[in-house]
Amino acid sequence: MSLAKRIIPCLDVDNGRVVKGVRFVDIRDAGDPVEIARRYDEQGADELTFLDITASSDNRETIYHVVEAVAGQVFIPLTVGGGVRTPDDIRRLLNAGADKVGINTAAVHNPDFVGEAAARFGSQCIVVAIDAKRVSAEGAPPKWEIFTHGGRKPTGLDAVEWARRMTALGAGEILLTSMDRDGTREGFDIGLTRAVSDAVRVPVIASGGVGHLDHLVTGITEGHADAVLAASIFHFGEHSVEEAKQRMAAAGIEVRL
Amino acid sequence: MSSVAVIDYGMGNLHSVAKALERAAHGQTEVIVTGDRRTILGCDRVVLPGVGAIRDCMAELIRLGLDTTIHEVAASRPLLGVCVGMQALMQTSDENGGTQCLRILPGKVRGFTEQLDAIGGEAARLKVPHMGWNRVVPTRTHPLWAGIESGTRFYFVHSYYVEPGDPSLSAATSEYGLPFTCAVAHNNLFAVQFHPEKSQHAGLRLYANFLAWDGTL
Repeated sequence: MSLAKRIIPCLDVDNGRVVKGVRFVDIRDAGDPVEIARRYDEQGADELTFLDITASSDNRETIYHVVEAVAGQVFIPLTVGGGVRTPDDIRRLLNAGADKVGINTAAVHNPDFVGEAAARFGSQCIVVAIDAKRVSAEGAPPKWEIFTHGGRKPTGLDAVEWARRMTALGAGEILLTSMDRDGTREGFDIGLTRAVSDAVRVPVIASGGVGHLDHLVTGITEGHADAVLAASIFHFGEHSVEEAKQRMAAAGIEVRL
Repeated sequence: MSSVAVIDYGMGNLHSVAKALERAAHGQTEVIVTGDRRTILGCDRVVLPGVGAIRDCMAELIRLGLDTTIHEVAASRPLLGVCVGMQALMQTSDENGGTQCLRILPGKVRGFTEQLDAIGGEAARLKVPHMGWNRVVPTRTHPLWAGIESGTRFYFVHSYYVEPGDPSLSAATSEYGLPFTCAVAHNNLFAVQFHPEKSQHAGLRLYANFLAWDGTL
């Protein structure tokens, strides 16, 4: 095998600025998406993911400018998610320079949107983002459910079944976030990651909970993920993407160095 | 100043391709995104990009009359096919239940799912699309490989791959459960399955090499 496992830094963008405290020692402006994207690109990030968390619909235009500016400077794949609801949202993001778009809540409200989007733009650019929480009791067979609204609203949808359904509709990749682990720095939910990765034929990106570099390793070796996504571990300058890759390589995982 | 046309037929990642070409050109080449036959034939070089399903790509090329334009380009100047733009140059594709392509080069386009399942075992468990950074091993010397080491990783995202009808067409191979041809070359034609515009330094180098190429070997 020679396909490398991917490391994907994730950046939250609010009103065109990167938020959640991205800090590099020698960066002029830690909120500038272009500057931060360039830094991760230099460190060897395999892709970048931007999550638009802009609340006001008035300011939703700003994400297109961000994507356009980054795409003119950084020549690695860019995924953009957050608030993608219509084919026109997708078209505009792709035209601005995004390579893939993440669909989350809109897929829950209208699963056929994923099918329409894949048919129109190609499966290769449709990433379905799944936010899941464990709902089974301790000791019972594990079961995870899809939640929306930042993990507050249950949907009754089984995460593994949902992943299968989304890929059947044409999703080309699954971005899987454990809402139990997100922000905890305790590591990925390995059971969830493996259950979904083994259930679908498309690549799965593990997300939520990375606190140290070994978590990235286990996401791949035990969770069977094809790519790992992390935010704070890279943002706060604790570790570079390069260090993460060295650790993965030392664990026998094929990476792009 | 020389010029390069990026053929616009409403499919895919034109802007990424154009931006990367602009970066690779260092102001020495004008990059024109166009679907106009005369503009395309007025350029020194032509890039045929493409993403998505081959049936839709071929349908749009034919609807816009660009199929004949691409044949004219192939007969006259350096042409670079990228991803589905590579697949479109072949005779037929297994995608969408069988799709006629441009028939500029002999060969077929096969699906990973079917071929990997036929191999079975570990191969049958590989994810499709083949997505990410994989090693590219040139199988011949060519001006477009200048400065690019054998085994350099490029970014791929595809579920189908080219099987050339003539093994001498191959310009590079890669491996994903099976060895496959990831670049073809024939006279003034060159085509790659991976995305140079998303392959950082190596990709920009390949584009720069294309912009410096006169179509001869």
